[in-house]
Amino acid sequence: MTEMLKGIAASDGIARAKAYLLVQPDLSFSKKSIDDVQAEVDRLHKAVAASSAELKLVRETAAKSLGEEEAQVFDAHMMILDDPEFVGAIESGIKDKKVNAEQVLSDVSANFIQMFEAMTDNPYMQERAADVRDVTKRLMSHLLGVTLPNPSLIDEEVIIIAHDLTPSDTAQLNRKYVKGFITDLGGRTSHSAIMARSLEIPAIVGTEKATSEIKEDQMVIVDGNGGVGVIDPSVDDVKKYDQAAKDFAAQKAEWEKLKNEKTITKDGKSFITAANIGTPNDVPAAVDNGAEAVGLFRSEFLYMDSAELPTEDEQFKAYKAALEGMNGKQVVVRTMDIGGDKHLSYLPLPEEMNPFLGYRAIRISLDRQDIFRTQLRALLRASHYGNLAIMFPMIATVNEFKQAKAIYEEERQKLIDAGTPVADKIEVGMMMEIPAAAVIADKLAKYADFFSIGTNDLIQYSMAADRGNEHVSYLYQPYNPSILRLVKRTIDAAHKEGKWAGMCGEAAGDPIMVPVLLGLGLDEYSMSATSILKIRSLMRRLDTADMKKIADQAVTEAETNEDVINLVKKATNQ
Amino acid sequence: MEKRDFHIIAETGIHARPATLLVQAASKFNSDVNLEYKGKSVNLKSIMGVMSLGVGQGADVSISAEGADEADAINAVADTMKKEGLAD
Repeated sequence: MTEMLKGIAASDGIARAKAYLLVQPDLSFSKKSIDDVQAEVDRLHKAVAASSAELKLVRETAAKSLGEEEAQVFDAHMMILDDPEFVGAIESGIKDKKVNAEQVLSDVSANFIQMFEAMTDNPYMQERAADVRDVTKRLMSHLLGVTLPNPSLIDEEVIIIAHDLTPSDTAQLNRKYVKGFITDLGGRTSHSAIMARSLEIPAIVGTEKATSEIKEDQMVIVDGNGGVGVIDPSVDDVKKYDQAAKDFAAQKAEWEKLKNEKTITKDGKSFITAANIGTPNDVPAAVDNGAEAVGLFRSEFLYMDSAELPTEDEQFKAYKAALEGMNGKQVVVRTMDIGGDKHLSYLPLPEEMNPFLGYRAIRISLDRQDIFRTQLRALLRASHYGNLAIMFPMIATVNEFKQAKAIYEEERQKLIDAGTPVADKIEVGMMMEIPAAAVIADKLAKYADFFSIGTNDLIQYSMAADRGNEHVSYLYQPYNPSILRLVKRTIDAAHKEGKWAGMCGEAAGDPIMVPVLLGLGLDEYSMSATSILKIRSLMRRLDTADMKKIADQAVTEAETNEDVINLVKKATNQ
Repeated sequence: MEKRDFHIIAETGIHARPATLLVQAASKFNSDVNLEYKGKSVNLKSIMGVMSLGVGQGADVSISAEGADEADAINAVADTMKKEGLAD
């Protein structure tokens, strides 16, 4: 029976393949006394051997398909499995207590986890608790005779069905075989959604019941354009969606022709469409999608994917790789934006009542200048290899910007004095994401070389509404005239000082927002690489004078988010 | 039995990577190798044992080995300590 599943369209495209359920099996068990101790110990050793063999295979496959670095997490797992204190403790537990291996495993593992988690002064060890949990799960699955999903072993085309995908899940996926995602949870900015867009595969998220409705190996269609999943499609459905996939491919081919074209409006005005990237590995996709620049290079990956602070050299290599990959086109690197919802195991931050209003981003950098200066030196050294720009996140005041800029100038001078090659011209700007900064943009524009508007945070702070809290998600209103007025203020202030203004949030790739932004005179539009050609194609059909009229109405006459949506839809026939 | 004392100078103490390397060094030998800290002794061939001690900077630890290759084992562990900058 064909069934339909509605969700949030998170990544464009249409795909059809067998379902692969990335869902944890039931690992529950009951405590049992045992008479034959030796048989139970043998059963344990068999499970250990099977887990070990499985881990070895997973590790080898992961190393081949994903790279040595991603595979190393499994080394840690193997080491725990080989550990005499771990398996030894389970074995002696079985002998002493005469209870089943499952119960002893669960007790021993709980002990280790508790011990590691208690090491609050050592975040690295706290994280090892997760490794113990993973190994315990694997061992338990073998004791119980159930199968854990091993996504790195997938060797045919599949659609991944999951409750939610975490970075460690997606790290294990072989890009060659994964044709789409359907998840129960998430929104357009969740990890699953961002990952799907960077892999250029269709995804729908927030379906609530994908994992309960879809069964392993069932045929499914993901329509990432319409936000619909089709389970067990009929012959007609297959026909219909295969045609839609063809049409979408044709549309993409049409956009593809714009790859080497400039971004020009109907009336001949030039703008820049750029890509947001997370690592240097995203550069090829940015280039493939015709990015004229990188408008946002999030430097967090250097800090997040590591067990310790990244060294100057590690950072230098990553920045240099991105700059060289973009071949002379501008790359705007945002300095460390840790804090809020992003934490580092090796840099414990204080527990805060309101982390998003607390110690994060430039506030940490100005306080921990050792970390900040290391990053700036790495950036300055890399500047020699391309067209670098730097921006500071979460600037609220003129003094914060001046202070950050002064530290930058000091490091720059030190490198020049030491004879290190540094580019003559590096633009140093700031993220515009705090309403206070937008209000005083005219003053900030005297010091910053450019502004880059971060819509997610600007909306969250303007509306005083946590973007992750579903009870207040109705306040996520990118088109609300209040937000648009702050955007206009920012752009006008930049232009008055001869500076440029860009936007690097999801809104910059949104077909409803773009006409308004064009009308407001925004210079650079930085978005997921896969949105670039669609937006470039849209802009070619728009006239800036017409858009200016719409933008004026949106800022002065519109009262609500919906007013603006209707205004734009009507004017642009969307 | 061979026994040797070490004063830990590494800023982060014995954890993560250095702990792994110590375990790997000790595991190459047949002798029983133990690490003692604050009156608690753990198997140096066990990463979980070693890390559970939470040895920090400035700690005094002793390592003992017992078996046919005890002298080589102690030397190998001492080499790793030095190479990794854990102890003098």
